Amino acid sequence: MKYVEAVPEDIFRSEEGLGVWEHRGKVVAIGIGHAPTARRWDNNPETCVGAISIYALRQAMVDAGVDPSHVDGLVIDPVTSTGADWPRGKPIPQVMLDRWEASDDPLDGLTKNSICWLLKNMPELTGIKFAMNASNCMSRALVAAAQAVGEGETHTCLVLKAWNNFEGRYYHGGANDDGSLPGSAALAALTNLWGTPACYATAMQFNEYCRKYGKSHAMMAPFMENSRRNGLLFPEGYWAQHRPEELRTEDYLAAPWIAEPANLFDNDLPIMCSGAYLLTTSERAPHLAQPPVYILNHASSRTLARSIMPTLEEVEADTARTGRKIYEGAGITAEQLSFENMYDGFSLFHQFHLEGLGFRGVGFGEALDFYQTDISIQGPNPVSPSGGNIGSGRSRFWMHTDCIQQIQGRAGARQITGIPAEVGVSGGPMPLGGNFTVWGEAPD
Amino acid sequence: MPKQGVIPDDLTAPFWAAANEHRLVIQHCTSCDRLQHPPADKCAGCSGLEFDWQEMSGRGYIYSYGVVHDGPVRMLQEDQPFNVAIITLDDDPDIQMLSHLPGTPPGEVPVKTSVRVIFEDTANGQKVPEWRVVE
Ligand SMILES: [Zn+2]
Repeated sequence: MKYVEAVPEDIFRSEEGLGVWEHRGKVVAIGIGHAPTARRWDNNPETCVGAISIYALRQAMVDAGVDPSHVDGLVIDPVTSTGADWPRGKPIPQVMLDRWEASDDPLDGLTKNSICWLLKNMPELTGIKFAMNASNCMSRALVAAAQAVGEGETHTCLVLKAWNNFEGRYYHGGANDDGSLPGSAALAALTNLWGTPACYATAMQFNEYCRKYGKSHAMMAPFMENSRRNGLLFPEGYWAQHRPEELRTEDYLAAPWIAEPANLFDNDLPIMCSGAYLLTTSERAPHLAQPPVYILNHASSRTLARSIMPTLEEVEADTARTGRKIYEGAGITAEQLSFENMYDGFSLFHQFHLEGLGFRGVGFGEALDFYQTDISIQGPNPVSPSGGNIGSGRSRFWMHTDCIQQIQGRAGARQITGIPAEVGVSGGPMPLGGNFTVWGEAPD
Repeated sequence: MPKQGVIPDDLTAPFWAAANEHRLVIQHCTSCDRLQHPPADKCAGCSGLEFDWQEMSGRGYIYSYGVVHDGPVRMLQEDQPFNVAIITLDDDPDIQMLSHLPGTPPGEVPVKTSVRVIFEDTANGQKVPEWRVVE
C-alpha cells in the first residue's frame, strides 16, 4: 500500500492561468454515506467518531453499489475535533478498548481518525493500494482524492470526514483559562490577549462590509431563513433529525451576540457527524448503482493575510481570484452555474464567496440585496440549496453532498425545481484558504 | 480590564521587552525591507530569515471592529461586552494590531479615526501596547 502521510501541497490548483483541469470529466462521485448525527457523544462505543466514520464509509459503498474488496483508495481527514477536546489526562473509556481494535494512538476513533485504525476495524477493505491524509476539511480531502483518482493512484476511492463533539464550549478551556499566554500566542489571530472568539475576524470584516456598502446585519435574515428551510429538508442533517424548527427572522434578530455583528445563529452548531463519498473514474461509472456526477475542476486559495487578519479588501481580492480559478479550470462561465453551495460556517462570509463567484452577476456589496429576492430551491437562483452548516449543523460537507444529490436528481424534497441541476460548485471553509470543487451532470 | 499575562518567547522577546520600555517595535525583514506582524520565523514576503526590530511612531487608525459579548477567555468575561478593534499603523497601513480601545464605550467605535499607542500592564506585569482614540 502506498501511504501518504499528508497530501503534498503541489497537487492543489491555487494559481490562476493553469488552464482547464487535466482530469476534467474523468473523475466522478457516485456514492454518499452519512451516519446519524448527534449533538454530543453519548459515551457509547457504537457512536464514537470512529464508529460513525465506519458507518459512513460503508454507506457510501452500499450507495454506490461497490463491493468493499473493489475499493483501492482511502483519503481521510484525520482531524475530527470541533474544538471541545478530550480533557487532558482523562483515561480512555474501557468500553472503547473492548469494542475496537486499537491502533498505536489511543485517541484514534475517539478524538481523531487514522488510516491505520480504520483499516484495522474495517477488515472488508482488503484491496486498499493508496491511502492519504488530507486535513482539515472535507473540501480539502475531496480535492486531494479527486486529483489522486485523476492521476491513477486509485480507481475507486473513499473520502472521509467526521467530527466528534464532547461536553464543553467551543474553544473554551485550555489556554483560554490560563493566567498567562506565551508571547507568540498572545499576538496570534485566533488565541490572543484580546479574547477574540473564532467568528471575530468574519464579524470584523462583515462590519466593514456593512459600513462600506450601507448594508445591515438584519439583511442576512432571508438567507438564514432559507438556509434553515433547506436544512430541514436534508434528512441526513442535525436540525432535520433532532430539532425540526424553522429559523424565523424575529428569532434570528433576537439571538444573543457572540462577537457583534455575529450572533449565535451566525455561528454553526458543533455536532457529531460523518460524511463519506465514493469517487471513481468515468470509465467505471456506468457499471455502478447511481448516476455519475463529473468533477469538472478543483481550485484552492492559499492566500495568507498580510498581517493578523484578512481585511475586507483582501477577502474581496481573493474570492474574486478564486472565482476566476474555479471557472478557468472547469472551462465554464458564471452563467453556467445552476446553483452554488459555498461554505457558510460562519454565515457572515457566505456573501463573500457568492460575490467572488459573481453568482447571477452579483458583484461586491450586492449579495445582501440579492438575498432579499427569491433565493429558494423553487426559484431560478438557488442559493445554498444544501442549507449548509446553518441548516444541518457543523460538518463542512453538506454542501458537497447536496451538489452530488442535486445533479443525480435525488435531493428529494430539497431538489431544485426552478432551474435544471446541471452544474454546481461547493467548497470552503474560509474565503482565504479554501478548496473548491465544480460538479457537472456531463463530463464537459 | 486586565489581560492575561505574557511569557515572552524567543520569537517575540524584543517586542515585549520594548513594550516594557513604552516603545512599539515591529519585526522587520532586512532582506526585503518589509515589516511583519505577528512576528514569524520566516519572512512571508521573501522567505528571509534575518530580522531586526524597527520602532514605530505609535500612531494608527481604526480599520474596523467587533464587540465581544461571549468570548472564550475567562479573565475577560466579566468585562463583556468589550470592543476589539483592528488598528492599522500609520508607519505601514498593512500592519495591524488588536485593541480593546480603552476609554471607548462598547459599540461606540469611531472607525476610520486616529489612535495613539499607550502601554498597559497585563496580569503578570508585562506591558502590552494598547490604543486610545485621539480626541
Ligand atoms: Zn523579506
